[in-house]
Amino acid sequence: METYALLFAATLSAGTVLAIAALGLLINEKAGIVNLGAEGMMLCAAIAGYATVVHTGSDMLGFLAGMGAGAVLALFFGALVIGLNTNQYATGLALSLFGVGFSAFVGTGYVQAKLPERISYEVPYLADLPVIGTAVFRQHPMVYAAIIFTLALIWFLERTRAGLVLRAVGESPQSAHALGYPVRSIRLAAVVCGGALCGLAGAYISVIYTPLWVEGMIAGKGWIALALTTFATWRPARILLGAYLFGGVTMLQFHLQATGVEVPSQFLSMLPYVATIVVLALISRNPQWIRVNMPASLGKPFYPGA
Amino acid sequence: MWKLEARSAPSDFWRIASPLLALVLTVILGVLLFMALGKDPVKGLLVFFWEPIRSGYALGELVVKATPLLLIALGLALCFRSNVWNIGAEGQYVMGAVFAAGVALLAEKTSGAWFFVPVLLSGVIGGMCWAAITAWLRDRFHANEILVSLMLVYVAIMVLGFLVYGPWKDPLGYNFPQTKTFEAATQVPRLFKGSRVNIGVLLALAGVAAMWVFMFRTRAGWAQQIGGLAPAAARYAGFSSRRAIWLALLVSGACAGLAGALEVAGPIGQLTPYVPVGYGFAAIIVAFVGRLHPVGMVFSAILMSMFYIGGELAQSRLGLPKSLTGVFQGLLLFCLLACDVLMNYRLRWKTSQAMGGV
Repeated sequence: METYALLFAATLSAGTVLAIAALGLLINEKAGIVNLGAEGMMLCAAIAGYATVVHTGSDMLGFLAGMGAGAVLALFFGALVIGLNTNQYATGLALSLFGVGFSAFVGTGYVQAKLPERISYEVPYLADLPVIGTAVFRQHPMVYAAIIFTLALIWFLERTRAGLVLRAVGESPQSAHALGYPVRSIRLAAVVCGGALCGLAGAYISVIYTPLWVEGMIAGKGWIALALTTFATWRPARILLGAYLFGGVTMLQFHLQATGVEVPSQFLSMLPYVATIVVLALISRNPQWIRVNMPASLGKPFYPGA
Repeated sequence: MWKLEARSAPSDFWRIASPLLALVLTVILGVLLFMALGKDPVKGLLVFFWEPIRSGYALGELVVKATPLLLIALGLALCFRSNVWNIGAEGQYVMGAVFAAGVALLAEKTSGAWFFVPVLLSGVIGGMCWAAITAWLRDRFHANEILVSLMLVYVAIMVLGFLVYGPWKDPLGYNFPQTKTFEAATQVPRLFKGSRVNIGVLLALAGVAAMWVFMFRTRAGWAQQIGGLAPAAARYAGFSSRRAIWLALLVSGACAGLAGALEVAGPIGQLTPYVPVGYGFAAIIVAFVGRLHPVGMVFSAILMSMFYIGGELAQSRLGLPKSLTGVFQGLLLFCLLACDVLMNYRLRWKTSQAMGGV
């Protein structure tokens, strides 16, 4: 039982990473922008956060550095895509390629660097509960923060005027523009928010989840987060659940390895990627369903007066 | 304030000038980066742009690295022109290498010199099979090809890892994760003595010619591109979008697979975990910088090859990490996308009065 509690705990942690990044990308996409640069932003944020913690010893500053790195790169992406009307796919791809190279370049000196001792967290009293305590209440605060943030985002998108405007910008930028909303500024703000959240996820990986720095360590999690927004048909609650599901798949491979299943480790490591492909195919099978849920102007540029 | 004013037609001047301007901007950013790192920028530039063309041998190495980039980019250009976003060429390249290695391992000491032909063909089939997965999922299930092809890169690298750590590991190889060195018969014939340049470069150039003819001189190639430019018009004309997806992905899979086969049966000579070096991703940049035009991509492939060689030299001579290559590649694509704005828009200075007081 204790093994499964630990597996569940690890699943929550792995899912949190994907959830934070995917929620950030959801904000982008609700405003009509696809940012394929998630992987690059997360990598740069991972090294920025890691280096900051190595030098300052403060996890909090590390998270802030990661968010900052993600936000700056997203701002750059936004300036090109929104300001200069460049192709969103190509620009996002450029950001990912740049991020892979740049993070490896900057991170060369940090491969062997040591973080200060990692502390373990627990919720007072609840952590002592049998099984559930281990499974749920011994997590880094970020795990709970991700859940609260999901609820907050649902409230923001469904119940606030600002959320409505954000969705309007993604559904019909022309109408939003006609109503006098600054479409491009709103899109830029959404992109920067998304970048900051991807950055937070990246820093969480290198500082808490792994915790170490290796070249290319995000290993496709940015792309899986992008796929998650589609899986979840652009609904925050489904993103959270989907993220836990994928966290579970990631953790399953380690569990299977530990229990000595006679399958080569490479095939187990494939699981998250193969699962992404399979789920993507199943969800996309019905294009009508995707089209109904997808922000109508996703990926389309908007230039007032053009 | 500066305003973008749409041109009635894309500017032919900027179509050519934009990549050059992007290169200049990248070089300027590179100089700034070298200065920030406390390295002599002149030395840095020499390493990237002079060393790779300084001698006959260096030129050979330049061609050796440009060949796979050009081959992969040719296929990708067809994809991008058809609005099929295959960004998993790296995976197709790896699978080409794996399939080629499978046949190469069958060779014996007595095998004839023709043995490299089935090796290369097997690589082509490997790349096509891998791309076909993406095509099938896109065609049958409408699955986004960007995500599927990219996920398959990771899967392909794991398959490669499984083979070289497991069943294909050289029993006499001191437990290194690699196959035995392939027999001489599998070696792709070289063109010159003392250089690693092989017939791969001729295949790539033939590919350039073939792609040019297909794109600009055949009805099928034209229909393929209409699907990318104006999907509604293509539907109206009765051009099948399903056919376009399959054709684009199979051709680019074949190109990437051939590139992978040429690498393992050429310069590398065995299958190792170090086969994937990012050519599949760099080729995306080659395709865009080369304007998705077969001839343009010859130049951009050479440029990108310079970046690779420059990165290696920067490591050995200037003590900088090899990943500098990736930084410059990413910067170049960024600069290009920004400069391309000038192709479709005119920059105009407008006073607030001229804009109607907004």
